[in-house]
Amino acid sequence: MAPTDPKMWIRLSWIHENTSQLYMNANDTILSIKGLSKSFPGVKALSNVDFTLRRGEIHALMGENGAGKSTVIKVLTGVYKRDAGEIIYNGAPLDCKSPLQAQEAGISPVYQEVNLVPNLSVAENVFLGRQPMKRGCIDWKTMNREAAKIIRRFDLEIDIEKNLGDYPVAIQQMVAIARALELNSKILILDEPTSSLNVQETERLFTQMRRLKDEGQAIIFITHFVDQMYEIADTVTVLRNGTYIGTWPVAELNKLQLISKLLGKEAEKLSEVTASRSRNELGDERGRGQRVIETRGLGKTGGIKPLDLRVAAGEVLGCAGLLGSGRTELANLLFGIDAADEGVLLVEGEETKIKNPRKALQLGLALSPEDRKDQGIIGDLSVRENIILALQNRKGWFKTLSRAEQQEIADRYIEILNIKTPSADQAIKNLSGGNQQKVIIGRWLATNPKFLILDEPTRGIDVGAKTEIQKLIVELSKQEMAVMFISSELEEIARCSTKVMVMHDMKVSNILEGDDINENTIMHAIAERHTDGE
Amino acid sequence: MNKQLQQGGDFSARLAAGIKSIQWPLIALGMILLFNLIFTEGFFEISIQNGRLVGSLMDLLKRAAPRLIVALGMTLVIATGGIDISVGSIAAIAGALAVLVIRGGDITYLATQDTSTVSILLVILVALSAAAVCGLFNGLLVSVVKIQPIVATLILMVTGRGMAMLFTGGYVLNYDHPGYKSLGVGDWLGLPIPIYIAIFILIVLAVLTNRTPLGLLIQSTGGNETASRYSGTNTTLVRILVYVIAGVCSGVAGIIFTADVQSADAAFIGLWIELEAILAVVIGGTSMAGGRYSLAGTVVGALIIQTLITTLLTRAVPVQFTLIFQAAVVVVVLMLQSPRVKEMTFKRRARKEASTHA
Repeated sequence: MAPTDPKMWIRLSWIHENTSQLYMNANDTILSIKGLSKSFPGVKALSNVDFTLRRGEIHALMGENGAGKSTVIKVLTGVYKRDAGEIIYNGAPLDCKSPLQAQEAGISPVYQEVNLVPNLSVAENVFLGRQPMKRGCIDWKTMNREAAKIIRRFDLEIDIEKNLGDYPVAIQQMVAIARALELNSKILILDEPTSSLNVQETERLFTQMRRLKDEGQAIIFITHFVDQMYEIADTVTVLRNGTYIGTWPVAELNKLQLISKLLGKEAEKLSEVTASRSRNELGDERGRGQRVIETRGLGKTGGIKPLDLRVAAGEVLGCAGLLGSGRTELANLLFGIDAADEGVLLVEGEETKIKNPRKALQLGLALSPEDRKDQGIIGDLSVRENIILALQNRKGWFKTLSRAEQQEIADRYIEILNIKTPSADQAIKNLSGGNQQKVIIGRWLATNPKFLILDEPTRGIDVGAKTEIQKLIVELSKQEMAVMFISSELEEIARCSTKVMVMHDMKVSNILEGDDINENTIMHAIAERHTDGE
Repeated sequence: MNKQLQQGGDFSARLAAGIKSIQWPLIALGMILLFNLIFTEGFFEISIQNGRLVGSLMDLLKRAAPRLIVALGMTLVIATGGIDISVGSIAAIAGALAVLVIRGGDITYLATQDTSTVSILLVILVALSAAAVCGLFNGLLVSVVKIQPIVATLILMVTGRGMAMLFTGGYVLNYDHPGYKSLGVGDWLGLPIPIYIAIFILIVLAVLTNRTPLGLLIQSTGGNETASRYSGTNTTLVRILVYVIAGVCSGVAGIIFTADVQSADAAFIGLWIELEAILAVVIGGTSMAGGRYSLAGTVVGALIIQTLITTLLTRAVPVQFTLIFQAAVVVVVLMLQSPRVKEMTFKRRARKEASTHA
């Protein structure tokens, strides 16, 4: 039924053009997430997260470890099932049940660790799983030709018939992106793409990202690098401990504001200096005890830069800084997980070398590691076995703790630390995150350490357990233990520490003592470094 | 008094928990035995001949003994998340060396052998030391050189049998040594000696893993190596130790094998035993992923395999079918233990209950 009047034609097409443009504007938004929530046993991973992505936008998703950045992506791509919330994609509700389904819908994540096959050629990787076929065989000619075309768009001068593994990570990352785009992706998700790239490689990636953006591609850029976010992103959404903090145009959020959002303190309130009362209550006589740990120029090539550090008995050394500032690296260096290759380490005044955690344990050091699941708990073993492990190792092979002794020690720490478990024989994997954390702390307290390093002991655990652990830190320091307390939460650092060390770029950038310690000063110390870097 | 009572209760509770953890293999074993009780005439018949107990059951236990010993060693290796496929070759090396020592180094084929007077302790010492060195070699490859266990032990699986053949000059070497022979064919109080040896090894390993930290350290290393190392465990040493233990266990089996047939044929001593051992461990409920293990489970697993073989033999099932039967039973037992199958049956049960309630 074509209209007979030619004028009608013109009018109709005009209307069509305009409506389609209107339609385009209204649907500039490609993805809209509202009220997304997800819990794991004992942990609220996401609660009420909103996220809106438009075409031609680079939207940064930021947050410290455990903030829920990757959980959002995993829910979006169907790795996890969401508990609540809605995802509107391309104007229709989306409910991916598997990553494959998400891929088919046009949502392609490119992960930090390139998950392609290194021993296949570049071309094969680009077409992995959907190789062009001809008479039941792979059509190599077409595949290589097409792949070359795709790769050329990325300004890459590489031989697509060579193995992917022969190329540096940056190139591999680019190939992964090319592959994702080739899958007709509407949303490109880059999860910490720059963490293994150097400056030039990062710049190269950014150039491509800008080009894609100009072509109208929607990009989600997950990163913990503040400077990079400012360089490339248009919009930033901040998550903290699984909650949605907010979304801002990058130009309207300065670095100090951003860092305050990341770490959890409103920038407006920063001017109000709130002296930490509990620390004053503890008195200032602490920190004058015997020096337990001292380093002189201790460092590791490619890791912690030479650093001087002193922790005395009864002192709580708070360690603040953003992700990747060297906090965990320092803990690993002190505990012998990474070997130092320069400088001197003294334990109670005696020069020593700690080559492995075993040696550290013998010297009376203890470390509750950052990654509870992979480095802390031994999931299948019971609470009792998890608690006595370090003590048994300290005692050695020939002094076995009897079953009765084990039970007694386990029961003691279950009581002292208020660990909620049906019995000491419960497998630790069945406990909540907070209780698992307490078991790990109990494991180390059982060895009666002189120096306890707690790396993010309160991350991802409920508020009650958090407070208990903070109280415990203060209690331990009263008992003349030297404690190093690493945390992303400035509030608890300020509350528990007698001295605060701010780290940036693998070295100590600031040391705050006495009345200088409050969230405000710590935050400024962190932000200062980042603005300096400009 | 109260405390004693409590400990007694504690012990029986632990025993009950222990039995529960191996309930499926136990049920499987019970079913095979029940089948024999009903259908296989004379399976449980035991008669006394010349002061020794004779019957299918005795034969079964005697045959199971060396296989069980290897499987026990294998259990600890698997508990650390490793595997040892060289156990058969280590058995061959130990058996061949033992016979070589008995013969005073003489490898002349079919030479008539006088009764050897070499000390049996020396023979055992040489054989087991060699087995321990083999285990040490495996352990170092796995824990220090960090080669994947299956590849690392593949090296000795292949070269070990070759070495054993060098020791015997490629011949089947016979010998005459009443003391050594009795380790395979002898009996005491009516029971075959290999059964005593297996029980002895079981007790030694049970004590070693329960009365020393070894059991805890093995399980923590297999459960989460990083966390275990961060807690001060010498995971390298733990790994080396389990391979040495597995090596010595294989050596013991090699001695029993060569004592049983009164000769050493390096090409066949302990051939394919690694597969039986791994199967026994897995049937016994120890996960190949490492972590929790059960020596008792392995005992039941080894008995299941041997009972099955003996059943098929006594029922005169054609040889070409025995392996298929064996495979079928293994699949059933493994499925009973699989978390996924359990989950599915639970779900169905829950659904049934829900529907009846509704």
